[in-house]
Amino acid sequence: MKKTKNLLTAGRRDYLISFGIVILAFAVVQTMILTGNITSSLKGQLVPICAYIVMAVSLNLTVGILGELSLGHAGFMSVGAFAGIVVTTSLADVIPFAPLRLALAMIVGGLLAAVAGVIIGVPVLRLKGDYLAIVTLAFGEIIKNIVNVLYIGRDAKGLHVSLLEPKFELAEGGKMIINGPMGVSGVAKLSTFTSGFVLILITLFLVLNLIHSRTGRAIMSVRDNSIAAESVGISVTRYKLLAFVISAAFAGMAGTLYAMNFSTVTAAKFDFNTSILVLVFVVLGGLGNIWGSIIAATLLTVLPELLRAVRDYRMLIYAILLIAMMLFNNSKLKVRLMEKRAAKRDSKLNKEAD
Amino acid sequence: MAMLEVTKLGISFGGLRAVDDLSMEIEKGGLVGLIGPNGAGKTTVFNMLTGVYRPTDGGIRLGGENLIGKKPHEICKMGVARTFQNIRLFGKLSVLDNVKVGLHNEVTYSLVESVLHLGSYGKKERAMDEKVLDILKVFGLEGKADVLASNLPYGQQRKLEIARALATDPKLLLLDEPAAGMNPNETGELMETIKLVREKYGVTILLIEHDMKLVTGICEYLYVLNFGKLLAEGTPKEVLNNPEVITAYLGE
Repeated sequence: MKKTKNLLTAGRRDYLISFGIVILAFAVVQTMILTGNITSSLKGQLVPICAYIVMAVSLNLTVGILGELSLGHAGFMSVGAFAGIVVTTSLADVIPFAPLRLALAMIVGGLLAAVAGVIIGVPVLRLKGDYLAIVTLAFGEIIKNIVNVLYIGRDAKGLHVSLLEPKFELAEGGKMIINGPMGVSGVAKLSTFTSGFVLILITLFLVLNLIHSRTGRAIMSVRDNSIAAESVGISVTRYKLLAFVISAAFAGMAGTLYAMNFSTVTAAKFDFNTSILVLVFVVLGGLGNIWGSIIAATLLTVLPELLRAVRDYRMLIYAILLIAMMLFNNSKLKVRLMEKRAAKRDSKLNKEAD
Repeated sequence: MAMLEVTKLGISFGGLRAVDDLSMEIEKGGLVGLIGPNGAGKTTVFNMLTGVYRPTDGGIRLGGENLIGKKPHEICKMGVARTFQNIRLFGKLSVLDNVKVGLHNEVTYSLVESVLHLGSYGKKERAMDEKVLDILKVFGLEGKADVLASNLPYGQQRKLEIARALATDPKLLLLDEPAAGMNPNETGELMETIKLVREKYGVTILLIEHDMKLVTGICEYLYVLNFGKLLAEGTPKEVLNNPEVITAYLGE
């Protein structure tokens, strides 16, 4: 029985570290804000950091836990962002209480992103590796281009939607919400640091629970060996799709959070670069390592602000970092380090057993 | 009625006839061997029995139920579990979790309970832990429960595969070269384990093996495949004294 207890604590460690980091960071930043010790540029970064953390955790579900490379995660973010904007603008008069409106927008944004996840996932998850990466990359671009020609307006009669050009006439008092390539302007800034913090907590709770459950084990078994997973009765297609769709839903919610922080949002914001940026967070934080994603997302969002001087070289540095990480992961040095750690752990276990 | 009925099973890959006109019958609780020289089509037979390949012709019935056209995970739910010639474990999961994955359809709770850890989550997870430790004890792996599967020594990886297959509560267990790469001592130990598993779990076993000591030691009945066709069948003694079998193995 002692052994099972040890196992439970091993699982609980992920929870402790992840929640610990987030709650500690929140407390520190809140104190900084209250005491006025925070630069305005950093303050402006707080909500984007929260959104990126949720993005990184959700992409980690696809890349680290499911083991499939997705290069179009910003596409889901985009779906969530614009769906959220439509919801909050439409409900502005009905629900004056901002946090509730934001929460509703996130739910709708997440749901629509999940629907997009199903639509893209059903045909695409038959592919593997590079092919899946290429198709998800294309998906991100397609979403960007669709939103670029999307016109949504609202007047007394309700919502009007058209593609390519605004084909509708708005009645008196009507308002364009999404204006094609001009995107959205004049969004009410509903996102706050606290709402971002709450979204991170919810995401962490659900994602960590999922990983440490029957469903999570099924997803990881598909990652480690899909043929063996099938042989023990796991429907590979079902669990691939499930992980992909859940990941998309969280990306959608992150998108809503992100969009509600800026008065102007255009589709170009959620492009290939954003997808890669989030992938960098995940790889740098460690595949399958949730708290690693949190730290990487935070550092890599704050650092460029602090290192404004070398701003032009950011993408270059990212690329070099990614390559360096990949080289390190396959290097003899890493193997030796891992062996040392395993040996230490084994001797500790043996001692406990004695 | 036989547990497993295979009738005139055949499969072609393009112009290659990998298995042809194979018929087998295994009674409930039987321990049967499938032997033959390399490339005879033994693993292909396993792949057809588990739905990895769809046979070109013939029929497979498990306890009277048709298996042809079913997906691998459905066939597992119907009661067929297997191990692999080249070990296929979930390398980044612990030994405990590997076997827990095998319990996926045995102990279930909903997705909502999964993400909220509410309802029967705790109770079911503890029940799983206990079941898994019971199975691991049979294989002497209970002390390794939290070791990553990929860090296990080779022999224990083979055992873990059998443990994981057993967790699915199979009626028929297919073992693909369980003794491959083991030394005589380990093979002897494995033979005892296989016998124990059959008694304790009441499972029917079909195994592919090259180690004649294991085959003659525990199998009650043998099927010999050569170039995809059934060359001989019978008790180990009959089969191994059959001149055609000797020729197939040793040449003329």
